[in-house]
Amino acid sequence: MSTVEAASKTITFTDAYRLALEEAMAADPTVILLGEDIADEEGGGVFKVTKGLSTKYGKQRVRTTPISEEAIVGAAIGAALAGMRPVAEIMLMNFVTVAMDQIVNHAAKLRFMSGGQTGVPITIRTRTGAGAGTAGQHSDMLEAWFAHVAGMKVVVPSTPADAVGLLASCIFDDDPCLFIEDSLTRALTGPAPPPGHRVPLGRANVTREGSDVSVIGYGRPIRDALQIAERLAGEGISVEVVDVRTVSPLDSDTILKSAAKTRRAVVVHEAPRSFGVGAEIAARIQEHLYDTLAAPVLRVASREVPVPFAKVLEQEYLYKPAAIEAAIRRTLDSKGRR
Amino acid sequence: MSPSAEWGPAALLAVYRKALLIQIVDERMRSLLSSGRLAAVYYSPRGQEVVAAGIAVHLKPTDYLVTTYRGVHDQLAKGMPLKLLCAEYYGKQTGACKGKGGPMHITHPAAGIMVTTGVVGGGIPIANGLALAAQLKGEDRVTLCCFGDGASNIGAFHESLNMASLWKLPVIFYCQNNGYGECTRYDKATAVAHVADRAAAYNMRGVTVDGNNPRELWTAAGEAVERARRGEGPTLLEAKTFRFMGHYFGDPGAYIPKEEYAAAQARDPMPACRAEVLRSGAASEADLQALEEKIKRELDEALAFAADSPAPDLSEIDRDIYASGVSA
Repeated sequence: MSTVEAASKTITFTDAYRLALEEAMAADPTVILLGEDIADEEGGGVFKVTKGLSTKYGKQRVRTTPISEEAIVGAAIGAALAGMRPVAEIMLMNFVTVAMDQIVNHAAKLRFMSGGQTGVPITIRTRTGAGAGTAGQHSDMLEAWFAHVAGMKVVVPSTPADAVGLLASCIFDDDPCLFIEDSLTRALTGPAPPPGHRVPLGRANVTREGSDVSVIGYGRPIRDALQIAERLAGEGISVEVVDVRTVSPLDSDTILKSAAKTRRAVVVHEAPRSFGVGAEIAARIQEHLYDTLAAPVLRVASREVPVPFAKVLEQEYLYKPAAIEAAIRRTLDSKGRR
Repeated sequence: MSPSAEWGPAALLAVYRKALLIQIVDERMRSLLSSGRLAAVYYSPRGQEVVAAGIAVHLKPTDYLVTTYRGVHDQLAKGMPLKLLCAEYYGKQTGACKGKGGPMHITHPAAGIMVTTGVVGGGIPIANGLALAAQLKGEDRVTLCCFGDGASNIGAFHESLNMASLWKLPVIFYCQNNGYGECTRYDKATAVAHVADRAAAYNMRGVTVDGNNPRELWTAAGEAVERARRGEGPTLLEAKTFRFMGHYFGDPGAYIPKEEYAAAQARDPMPACRAEVLRSGAASEADLQALEEKIKRELDEALAFAADSPAPDLSEIDRDIYASGVSA
């Protein structure tokens, strides 16, 4: 398939994750997959991401595990120490909490604590997000916890093409990566990337250029921001959208460059506002650009409550696209406007 | 050391040599700590020397070790170089981990010392992964995973033993049951008489031995290692032992009944093992004294190296966080 043909195709997020896994397994025999139900005999994963892979690459390399998150992540760490590139699937992000000792005390720190003698090139794929009525133990966005731990890389794609490129980069990165997939949008489509597509980690993407205000975020809200930007363009408001893509390490340069240009920033994510990644981004912008900014940096995020079940309550919890638009207008109406 | 060798004077001496090294290093570390010449967290293995030596003699340098913060005996038995160990205890640039891990995180992959964890039970899931990699690559390599009795009560132990048994991983789960988990007596914290009894729940071979009996320990350990090597799966091997110096350095151990301590002292494995070596004819008193002197000289050199080495360069704080530097 030529690059042109590939680019004209569309794929879903689920296709994207599978494509990255399949390309990595084909390219490198040290890539192995561990996770609950992931082999074809068990259905190829609850979300079907690994469907077909055990048939193609064998049950040794695509290994269905017991429901034992700590043992899954630990096995991935140990195999990584011994030269493999394991990808552990933790079905949902809330279940990652069961494996916190392995991730926080071991995966993230073994390189530093060993003085660089060992490293943990694992990828933990996990999935989450509110909106599907799965309530408080199946929906949390916990990326800030992991971004707070030195040694971890935390990645959240917002398009299928980025999902392919970022997941491939995670798998072939020499450090532990947490790759967060969105539960709600797995069937959404986007242009397919060319074969072997890679998106570098630690690099934000200016998804849409603009001059009046920067909307900075990652994951699901990026699509909302792009729609809003399109609409506001009709009113003569020029919105720049920055997709952070890698939450940690955070690409300060791209974020600051954008905020310096537009002098206004709205930071948006699905996770609750307080102590979230948005607070870190807002702090970095004001620390570096206090004299440049024409308005305070605003945050749009979900509420600090457990994710509720009932539709109306769940929507009340979630960040609202309308709030992104309102925040954009507030930064433009700010008294500080110059 | 050929693992298939018969038990006899030579095997006994091999065990004692490693145990003696452990004993001498431990005594010196405690003396340095007591006199204030060393400031470091330290968990003495006094009493568990033979337990570490009796299994390590069955291992190859390429075999993996995962151990815990009370792990200096396991590390020395596996071949940890004294200079790298001492310099790490002193927090020096020349230490095994460049002073960034310290005594609780000694790592030396060249001798197979892959992980020393500061979290009770935290190494057990990782041992499975090391063993899985060896299995997938078809390598002749087993993983020895050392932990205490306390670790058998943490969830990771149970998840990991189940997984290892399912996948027939080449791993030896080696519980050094010293009778106390931190400051709580074994029977107040553990519902089974022997940790190895728990193997039955995972359809795994479980063996309990007297860790003070070199022959019994050596034989059971050799069997566990060979089974793992032959692809016959994991063993939960439990060595009953005793911890003479309490949980942490300076722990007065008031929670240990005097009678229990006295009884343990009467069974101290080190004098007994030495006497057995002498009886066996494998070495004479003069041989052992020469061995002691040799170990002490090497330790003196290692400690001088550590003392003379520079503190870590401040730039080390930004190194080894990621493989290719910090870009945050």
